[in-house]
Amino acid sequence: MNAQLPRWVDLGLIPLLNLIVAFLVAGGVVMLIGENPVEAVEHILYGAFGFGEGIAFTLFYATNFIFTGLCVAVAFHASLFNIGGEGQAYIGGLGVALVCLAFDTFLPWWIIAPLAICAGAAFGAGWAFVPAYLQAKRGSHIVITTIMFNFLAASLMVYLLVNVLKVDGTMAPESRTFEEAGRLPKIGWFMELFGQNIGGAPLNLSFFLAILACVGVWLLIWRTKLGYEIRTFGANPAAAVYAGINPVRITVITMMISGGLAGMMALNPVMGDQNRLFLELAGGAGFVGIAVALMGRAHPVGVALAALLFGVLYQGGAELSFEMPAITRDMIVVIQGLVVLFAGALEFMFRPVVARVFARTATAKGAA
Amino acid sequence: MTTSPPAPAIELVGVNKSFGPVHANRDIALKVEAGAIHGIIGENGAGKSTLMSILYGFYQADSGDIFVGGSKVSIPDSQAAISLGIGMVHQHFMLVENFTVLENVMLGAEGGALLNRGRAAARRELVALEKEYALRVDPDAVVGDLPVGQQQRVEILKALYRGAEILILDEPTGVLTPDEADQLFRILGQLKAQGKTVILITHKLREIMAATDAVSVMRQGEMVATRRTAETSVEELAELMVGRRVLLRVEKGPATPGETRLKVQDAQVIDGMGVERLRRVSFQVRAGEIVGIAGVAGNGQSELLEAIAGIRPLASGAIEVCGHERTVADPAELRRMGLAHVPEDRHRMGLVTAFSAKENVILGYHGNPDYSPGLFLDRGAIRKACEQHMADFDVRPPNPDLKTANFSGGNQQKIVLAREIEQDPQVLIVGQPTRGVDVGAIEAIHRRLIELRDAGKAILLVSVELDEIRALSDRILVMFDGRVMGELSGDAGEREIGLLMSGVEQEDAA
Repeated sequence: MNAQLPRWVDLGLIPLLNLIVAFLVAGGVVMLIGENPVEAVEHILYGAFGFGEGIAFTLFYATNFIFTGLCVAVAFHASLFNIGGEGQAYIGGLGVALVCLAFDTFLPWWIIAPLAICAGAAFGAGWAFVPAYLQAKRGSHIVITTIMFNFLAASLMVYLLVNVLKVDGTMAPESRTFEEAGRLPKIGWFMELFGQNIGGAPLNLSFFLAILACVGVWLLIWRTKLGYEIRTFGANPAAAVYAGINPVRITVITMMISGGLAGMMALNPVMGDQNRLFLELAGGAGFVGIAVALMGRAHPVGVALAALLFGVLYQGGAELSFEMPAITRDMIVVIQGLVVLFAGALEFMFRPVVARVFARTATAKGAA
Repeated sequence: MTTSPPAPAIELVGVNKSFGPVHANRDIALKVEAGAIHGIIGENGAGKSTLMSILYGFYQADSGDIFVGGSKVSIPDSQAAISLGIGMVHQHFMLVENFTVLENVMLGAEGGALLNRGRAAARRELVALEKEYALRVDPDAVVGDLPVGQQQRVEILKALYRGAEILILDEPTGVLTPDEADQLFRILGQLKAQGKTVILITHKLREIMAATDAVSVMRQGEMVATRRTAETSVEELAELMVGRRVLLRVEKGPATPGETRLKVQDAQVIDGMGVERLRRVSFQVRAGEIVGIAGVAGNGQSELLEAIAGIRPLASGAIEVCGHERTVADPAELRRMGLAHVPEDRHRMGLVTAFSAKENVILGYHGNPDYSPGLFLDRGAIRKACEQHMADFDVRPPNPDLKTANFSGGNQQKIVLAREIEQDPQVLIVGQPTRGVDVGAIEAIHRRLIELRDAGKAILLVSVELDEIRALSDRILVMFDGRVMGELSGDAGEREIGLLMSGVEQEDAA
């Protein structure tokens, strides 16, 4: 059925319906555990929005998810499914850390930061290049290769952290802590604009970079020639070839932009929070990004909103497991899973029903 | 065995079917006499296929009654249709290519878990059917090896094997040579003589006149008229289809060819499977002439077009556009050399149907500085160009923001043509310019191509519609099996072209 629905239904109502169903099912699970789901929601909302530090943590997590969500979204527009955000972010972290480790003793932070951004993006893009090239030239499916590259990234980073970058004489597989110049400033002043106290939350300048990245991706996809080529290739590869768009070039460029966005994510935990290179720095954000992009319909605004939602789930979920010990962190993973299931995999489940309702009201109006 | 006066084989009363807000069939009334060949004609999107899908149980009518042989029936699925004696031959054959004819015919009617007994019975039945209707096909031939005309016979046999008394054929001649089409009509005559009822769906007026006893015309979901074929004319039917008078053949003066603009020399194309699709084809197209390429679909025309447009690489040979030899297969490069390409399949290649009209206006020309002076697209200029194209080519509705999927076939084609023609190309290569386009738009598109020719452009036209080739071309090349079989003048007769299309060498034909 190819019924046309108003934009607000397609972009607003249907995702909202999916979300509501996901939460209803999650509520059912909470009830099975023997807790009160309404109370659980209250804890989540309070944890995420109830106080300045909570809000700042929510935004800190959302920053990660915006980057990885955009990473998946950009690739989506070329009909490429980049599952490798996790690995690309991980390797991006290496780029960020190397810049910080190299320059933090003699350059100011405002010179190091742009260098670190570039390095993170370049390393992430480089990690995405190989799967992209293999897909474009040899037809190796990008879903498979990017998954494999996640494992490669994990192994490589463990090797580097244990054998190369570890501080001598310590047991922890992590690099040395960066000097002051290798740290991104926190943005407590920003929270104070809204009368909130950032507390101990690590919300930092990367948040603004994430917002800029949203604007940038929007411009790229809908306003530039390259974006036009990406969308054409994604929507109709045969028409793209007809139009003289080189599929190899577009695949590689799109994937490198995608990987670059994932790589920039590393800025947030490495330079903004921990100030060192450490294991599992992406912490699953690369995979959450897939859900974020699906929910956000690969649109930067949608991605930002979906990232915020997952930020709420992360931060509020931590609060919830603290207040209700019967609900562990795994429960949050279950809720996330349900959101992915309903917003992503079952994206179109309600669409025929909604379309039928609208067709009926439309004919009723036409008859009246 | 005629029972007279018989109840109509099929009668529809007040049948309605809507898809969302689209009213595809509106209060359809139709009477098909038993033992007759009944044509249903109408433009694309007139509702013919929907109506037949209701008869064959693919769709349920929203309201209305269906009578088969005088008694009211309901047809919830195709099984029910088959048990009522309704058989359907689809436009795209539903055959398993690597099965034999016999296996295809008995598919779904195997008669038990073990094949042997059913197979023997089916073979007996098949031989009887072949005799009765002069439908000669080897039961043990693998379907994939048969020519298209024979595959169609297998489809007909399949329907007859299931006891079809009423046979629906959906655009059956689209893939046939004129000769094969004539054979098909002979078979239909045979079926009629045996008392079967045939419903023939087509948009080709000529076939209706040649093969049917009665004809019903559909327009915009309504049944506008039913006529006895003997009492109507092509002109009247065309007018009924479109709702206004149409010129069936555009007028054109003699061509005044100039210098050579497109030169194809020994072009050879080998596909991904290693099959030679284009076998050393050579020809030239001069400024101010239309060269038509006739042939049954799948004889190398598509490969030729794509090779010229730079979409497929040449295995050997050379292509020159406006005196420049092209070096690599690059569509963008060829556009800069002055070549425009209207592809055969606008949905697959000519348009991104998910995009708005204005975004499709720059497809292939998105690198043009008028549209993208730097990194960014100049959206104002693109919108203006789109509005201009829509005005010049009378695209309806003239809405640059409408998704191209929501335009009718004719208007989609006009968007593609406008895009390619308004770039003022020196060479235009056009594939199937009026496929799936309504009669009214065909006239407009043909006139455009003639105008372009008279403006001194070189045009290469590929079409499987012989009428179109003959109406537009100044010279005609006929392709068969990847080769150019011969060149004819623009006023060559249908029989002459038809012989070459079926692979008979020119010397033998003479």
